[in-house]
Amino acid sequence: MIEIKNLHKSYKMGANSLHVLKGINFSVQEGELVSIMGSSGSGKSTLLNILGMLDEADEGSYTLDGLPIKNLNEKIAARYRNKFLGFIFQSFNLISYKNALDNVALPLYYQGVKHKERIDIAMSYLEKVGLADWAGHLPNELSGGQKQRVAIARALASNPKVLLADEPTGALDTKTSYEVMDLIQGINDEGRTILIVTHEHDIAEMTKRIVNLKDGVIIDDSKVNQVRALSNV
Amino acid sequence: MFDLERWQEIFEAISKNKLRTFLTGLSVASGIFILVILLGIGQGMQNGISSEFENDAANILFIFTGATSKEYKGLNPGRQITMKNDDYNTTVAKNEDKLEYKSSVYRIWGGIINYKKETGSYRVEGVYPDYQFLENASMTQGRFINHNDNNGFEKVVVLGNKVKNDLFKNGEDPLGKYVQVKDINFKVIGVYTDPGGEREESRVFIPIATSQKAFSGGNDVNFMSFTLEKEENFESALAASEKFSEELETFLKERHTVAPDDERAIRINNSLENAKRFYDLMDMIRFFFWGVGICTIIAGIVGVSNIMLIIVKERTKEIGIRKALGAQPISIIGMILHESIFVTTIAGFIGLISSLALLEFVGPLIETDYIANPSVNFNVALTTVFILVLAGAIAGFFPAWRAARIKPIIALRDE
Repeated sequence: MIEIKNLHKSYKMGANSLHVLKGINFSVQEGELVSIMGSSGSGKSTLLNILGMLDEADEGSYTLDGLPIKNLNEKIAARYRNKFLGFIFQSFNLISYKNALDNVALPLYYQGVKHKERIDIAMSYLEKVGLADWAGHLPNELSGGQKQRVAIARALASNPKVLLADEPTGALDTKTSYEVMDLIQGINDEGRTILIVTHEHDIAEMTKRIVNLKDGVIIDDSKVNQVRALSNV
Repeated sequence: MFDLERWQEIFEAISKNKLRTFLTGLSVASGIFILVILLGIGQGMQNGISSEFENDAANILFIFTGATSKEYKGLNPGRQITMKNDDYNTTVAKNEDKLEYKSSVYRIWGGIINYKKETGSYRVEGVYPDYQFLENASMTQGRFINHNDNNGFEKVVVLGNKVKNDLFKNGEDPLGKYVQVKDINFKVIGVYTDPGGEREESRVFIPIATSQKAFSGGNDVNFMSFTLEKEENFESALAASEKFSEELETFLKERHTVAPDDERAIRINNSLENAKRFYDLMDMIRFFFWGVGICTIIAGIVGVSNIMLIIVKERTKEIGIRKALGAQPISIIGMILHESIFVTTIAGFIGLISSLALLEFVGPLIETDYIANPSVNFNVALTTVFILVLAGAIAGFFPAWRAARIKPIIALRDE
């Protein structure tokens, strides 16, 4: 599903250049649930941003579902993001003036889905994350866990090939974190490929594979025995 | 533009961000409102002053004489110059095609007029028939002096409205009655009214030929009064009247042996020159109001630009989210512009309509001599609305364009 070879990325900080990713080789099969771990500054978020086409690599190749991701202009990147990827952010990033239902329906708007159909699909995903009753509420009327569930429903709404989650539990307490992880595990069980960036070990243990990043290189990449989140709730 | 989905998206954004929408709208609406009111008042002042002026102002020339102030060709200064019938007749004959109305006037001093027991002192002027139009007098009864009266030296008199009221009490009909002008019987043939009011109406007119003969005027003429044929526009009217008065002055000064630079012996009062001052003032007023209006529009544009900048700044994160979800740059720009154009247009028209309504309903209530019927050229007002909308769109475009180019990762970065 994801194929990365010799990925390099550096940021210019004034006169200095900060080499963040120093040759990453990495691949993800369909249906995997992978966590990318590392301390802050290890380059894990940068990697996720490149995978999410929010940022571009300086060097190396990236193939998503057989499609080479290279030299994208804004327009094509936007289309690929919309078609192939679903994002889950630490700070949820819901649009504050749209209710839960409209937030979930937004990716479908950019796919050109008609209003009524959009609402139907969005509603079904809200049901899936257990928030059908909250469809008419604005984000600031929801708890953190509920917001993240809405964000997950939104990420799923466009039926993407890969879900990318950047510290999805970073702003949540442990109990809520596990509930969200349970939801993510459930989605993965249905066969969806999911990548999670996290620095929490317990969260990482709930995935099927942990990739450890340090100073821009992968120092460890191993499959783990998945801990079911539900057993910890 | 007519994408229904986008309209829904925009209405949602507008209805959920009422304050932002309100502020944008307010700056546009108030800009248009102030401009239209200003232009309306400017127009009103113009109308008001014009009508004040028009009461009295035709393109009229008065020629009158005095004592010479300069020695010329061996003649002493202090010599009294008096125009004669010949001066008038020659002038008329020479300028037949240029003159619209013409009259010379012989004034009788100490014009005591009595009718039965009533008596009063009024200005008595011997005039030609055209004098009615030169004075803007309109008849309320009977007729004005005609050519036959002059040719036959008829003893007929036209009374001013005030004179009639003074002499003919109890609503007595003056027509056909005889009044005594300096003890000579004159038959009343008409009564006139003058827009100039009582002062102008306390005069009586008799045929000039009669006045010279009956009151030992000889050939003397006190002053002459002319209007010139109408011209296409003010500029050419002014040029024609200046040329005419110059020629006439030269002609009369030569005839009476007056120094060409003697300003006091023969004087020509050209009302168009006064009018020019008035029109210049008008231009100044118009210029001033336009200046203020344009400044208002500029202030409005700056206001709209500011608000657009703030809106885009405020929505940077939202734009980042939308881009992460697959919004293309063009759709981001389109969304922001669509919303701003929609809001500024609606607000612009609200400002336009409310100001026009104010002018329409309050305008006629303004009762001052200097503002009459304030109104505004609708096309001008409409154009300013579109300028403001366009300016808002341009002002919104650049920040929107920049926002659409921001990488979503930067827009989404937690502050």
